[in-house]
Amino acid sequence: METGPDSAPCLLEVRGISKSFGAVRALQDVDFTLRAGEIHALLGENGAGKSTLIKVVTGIFPRDAGIVRLGGVEVAPRSSKAALEAGIATVYQEVNLLPNLSVAQNLFLDRQPMRFGIVREGEMRRRANALLAGFGLDIDVAAPLGSYSVAIQHVTAIARAVDLSARVLILDEPTASLDRHEVEILFKIMRQLAGRGIGIVFVSHFLDQVYEISDRITVLRNGRLVGERETASLPRLELIRMMLGRELAETTSARASAGEHQARGVCASFKGYGKAGYVAPFDLELRHGEVVGLAGLLGSGRTETARLVFGAERSDQGQAKVEGAPARLQTPRDGVRHGFGYCPEERKTEGIVAELTVRENIVLALQAKRGLHRPLSRREQDEIAARYVKMLDIRPPDPERPVGLLSGGNQQKVLLARWLATSPRLLVLDEPTRGIDVGAHAEIIRLIRELCDDGLALLVISSELDEIVTYSDRVVVLRDRAHVEELQGEAIDVSNILAAIAADGSTIAQEGRP
Amino acid sequence: MTALLPRRGLAQIFALIVILMVDRAVSPQFFDLRLQDGRLFGSMIDVLNRGTPVALLSLGMVLVIATRGIDLSVGAVMAISGAIAASLADSHGLPVVLAAALGAGLVCGLWNGFLVSILGMQPIVATLILMVAGRGIAQLITEGRIVTFTSPDLVWLGNGAILGVPVPVAIALGMLILTGAVVRGSALGLLIEATGGNARASDLAGVGTRAMILAVYVWCGVCAALAGVIAAADIMGADANNAGLWLELDAILAVVIGGTSLFGGRFSLLLAVLGALIIQTMNTGILLSGYPPEFNLLVKAVVVLAVLLLQSPKLTGMAGIVARIRGTKA
Repeated sequence: METGPDSAPCLLEVRGISKSFGAVRALQDVDFTLRAGEIHALLGENGAGKSTLIKVVTGIFPRDAGIVRLGGVEVAPRSSKAALEAGIATVYQEVNLLPNLSVAQNLFLDRQPMRFGIVREGEMRRRANALLAGFGLDIDVAAPLGSYSVAIQHVTAIARAVDLSARVLILDEPTASLDRHEVEILFKIMRQLAGRGIGIVFVSHFLDQVYEISDRITVLRNGRLVGERETASLPRLELIRMMLGRELAETTSARASAGEHQARGVCASFKGYGKAGYVAPFDLELRHGEVVGLAGLLGSGRTETARLVFGAERSDQGQAKVEGAPARLQTPRDGVRHGFGYCPEERKTEGIVAELTVRENIVLALQAKRGLHRPLSRREQDEIAARYVKMLDIRPPDPERPVGLLSGGNQQKVLLARWLATSPRLLVLDEPTRGIDVGAHAEIIRLIRELCDDGLALLVISSELDEIVTYSDRVVVLRDRAHVEELQGEAIDVSNILAAIAADGSTIAQEGRP
Repeated sequence: MTALLPRRGLAQIFALIVILMVDRAVSPQFFDLRLQDGRLFGSMIDVLNRGTPVALLSLGMVLVIATRGIDLSVGAVMAISGAIAASLADSHGLPVVLAAALGAGLVCGLWNGFLVSILGMQPIVATLILMVAGRGIAQLITEGRIVTFTSPDLVWLGNGAILGVPVPVAIALGMLILTGAVVRGSALGLLIEATGGNARASDLAGVGTRAMILAVYVWCGVCAALAGVIAAADIMGADANNAGLWLELDAILAVVIGGTSLFGGRFSLLLAVLGALIIQTMNTGILLSGYPPEFNLLVKAVVVLAVLLLQSPKLTGMAGIVARIRGTKA
C-alpha cells in the first residue's frame, strides 16, 4: 500500500465550497481531495452538484465561499482558460474542439509551431503524431477531427489537455457515448496518465466502470458531501445508498392499504409497451387513487417510461388501454385528450412558458384540450387562475405576473395547476421536487397525497428514495432501461429498492472478475 | 381593446406623433384634407394609402414572428399574386381574379408552413427559397413583360373610395379587424404566444404547435397576396421585377417597431400596423421635405437601430445597473 495513491501527495484540495443560484443552494460546504496519480470518481444523481463543483473549481462559476489549492498553492481561476493555465484541464462529454479542423490543428490550436508568421504544417503534423503515439493512437492527423469516432475525439481532447501540462484532468461523463471497446482504450490511457502522476477526476453514472477504474470515490447529494471512500472497500449497495439517501422515513403508517385501491379500478394499463433502443417493453397498471413510484438510477429508463406513458414519445410495440378501452398514445395531444398530464423534469425548457403570465400558463393545457374555437373567456381564465393560486398557495399570489419571475417551487405549482385545471385522470410527475427549497418540497409531497385521495392516478419519478417510499402505493424499479422489479405494500422500503437497483450490477461485476 | 393595445404601445404612439410633427414642420399643409370626386385627398390619406401594402404584410408577419419564425418571401408572393391578378383581370370577373390571386398566396403560405413546421427547416432559410423562386414564378406568369389591364373593377380596388375612404385603406382596416377577431376572439392568440414563447413546453401541454405554425404562414401568404393585388391595382399593371421588392424588410421592421420580439412570444397586431404607419409617415415626410429619397434608407436604418437597442436585454440590463448605481449614490 505504500506505493498506492494513499501515500501520494495531495494534488488538488477543495475546502468548504458553497455556491447558490438564487434561492437554490447548489453546493454547501463541500470538500474534495485529489491525490497525485489517482483516479477519483465523483458521483451523485442529477442535481447533486457534480457539474457545479467542476465549474466552480475550473472558474466557470464564481464561488460564494471556500478555497481551492493546487499543489499546496491557493488558486482562483476566473475562466476555464485560466484554470487550464494553472494546470486543471476539463474534457466534457461533448468534446469542446473544432470538428472541421484537422486533428493536428486541434491539438496545437492557439500554439501552432510558426516560422516567419506561417504555420509549419509539417512540423505540426510530426509533433501531433508523436504526441498521439504516446497514447497508442496511430491515425492520420491531417484528417478533420469530425471524421473520427467520439472516442478518438476524446483521446485528442485529453492529449491536448495533457500536453498543455495539465496536472489535474477532469473527465465529465467521458464514456457516455463510447462502446465497450472504446471504453477499454480510454481506461488504458487513464491508467497511463495516472501512472505519470496526473490526478484524474472521473464523473460517470456507470457504476461498473467506476468500480473498474477508480481508486477512490466521492459522493455528493443535494449539494452536500456525503462521503469519500476507497473504492475497494465500498460495497456497491452502500454506494447506491450514499447516492440516493439513507434517512429511512417512517412510512407505512401514511400509506393506505393496497386492497382499497384495487377496488377503485384500473385507470390505464400498458402491456408489452416499449420502444426499441429507448426502453425495454414493460407491463404497467395505473389505478385510480394510487401512486406508483418509479425508482432507479439516472439513465435507468425512468423518464423514458414516463414519456411513453404520456405520449411525449412514440411507442413501437405493445398495447395501451385507458379505462379498459384500447387507446392510441403517440403524441402529447393524445395524452391530453385521454385525460393525462405530464410535468417534465426540465421545468424551464419543457414546462413553463416563461414570458407568459401565471394565468396564461395555468389555462394553457385546458385551452389546448378545448380547442381553438372554444376559447376560455377572460373571466373564466381569471376564475381558474385565482382558484389554483389559492389552492396551491402560489406566491406571489398575482396571476398576471410572468411565470419566469417565480421561484422554482412556485413554477412547479403552476405546472401542477395547469394539469389539475384539465381535470385529469392520470398525472405523470418527473422529479416534482427537484431544485425546490425545503418548504415547497414538503408541500408538493402533501399535494401528491391529497390528489391521490381524490381518485387521481399518479405516476411519480424521484431520485429521493425516502420521498418515493413516503407516498408510493407501488414502486417499479428500473435498471438499464428495463423494469426489473415491482414492490408493493410492506415490501416498499429503501433497502429493498436499493437491493433491486444494485442486484444486477453486482453480478456482472463478479462475472467480470477473473 | 386592451388585448390589442397594451401599455407598451405608448412608445410607438409617441414616436408616431413626433414624426407627424416633423412632417407638419416640413410641409405646413400636411394635415389638410379635401374631398374631391367622393374621395378624400391629402398627405395623411397618402400616408394611409401608401402604407397599406406594408400594413397588410405586417398583419401576417407579426403572427409568424410571434411563433419565433420569419417570412422573407412576402415580397415575392406579392409579385406572384399581382401577376396573376393582372393576367386574369381583363378576361375574368373580380371574384375569379381575387380567388386565383389569394389562392396563390394560400398555396405559397402552405409551402412555407410545410417546410418550417413539418420538415422542421429554419424559417429564414425555408422562406428564402420562395423569396428567390417566387419572383421567378411571377416573371414566368408575366412572361417577363409588364402586364397592364383596364378592368374597372380591379382598378377600383386600388383607386376607388368607400364613403370617401380609399378602398385599400378600407381593406387594410377590414383585415386588421378580421385578423384581430380571429386571433383574439378564439384561443389562437394565446396558443401562438405560447408556441413562440416555448414550443417544446407548449407541445407537451397539448397545443398542436405544428398546426399553429402552419396556420400563421398560411395567413401570412394570404395577407401578402392581398397586398400584391392592391399594389397591382394601384398602378394598373404587374411588374414582376419590382412589385413588393424589399417590402418583406419593411414588414419585419414594422413588426419590430411594434414591439414584437424576433424571439417570438407576445405580439400586438395593432402595434405592428402602427409600425407600418410610422415607416410610411417617415417615407412621406422625407419626400415632402424635398430631400433626396436616398435619405429614406438612412433614416429607416437609424430608427431600426434605435428600436433594436431599446429591445436589447443587455442594454436594458446596463440601463438597470446605471439606474442602480445612481440610486445608491443618491
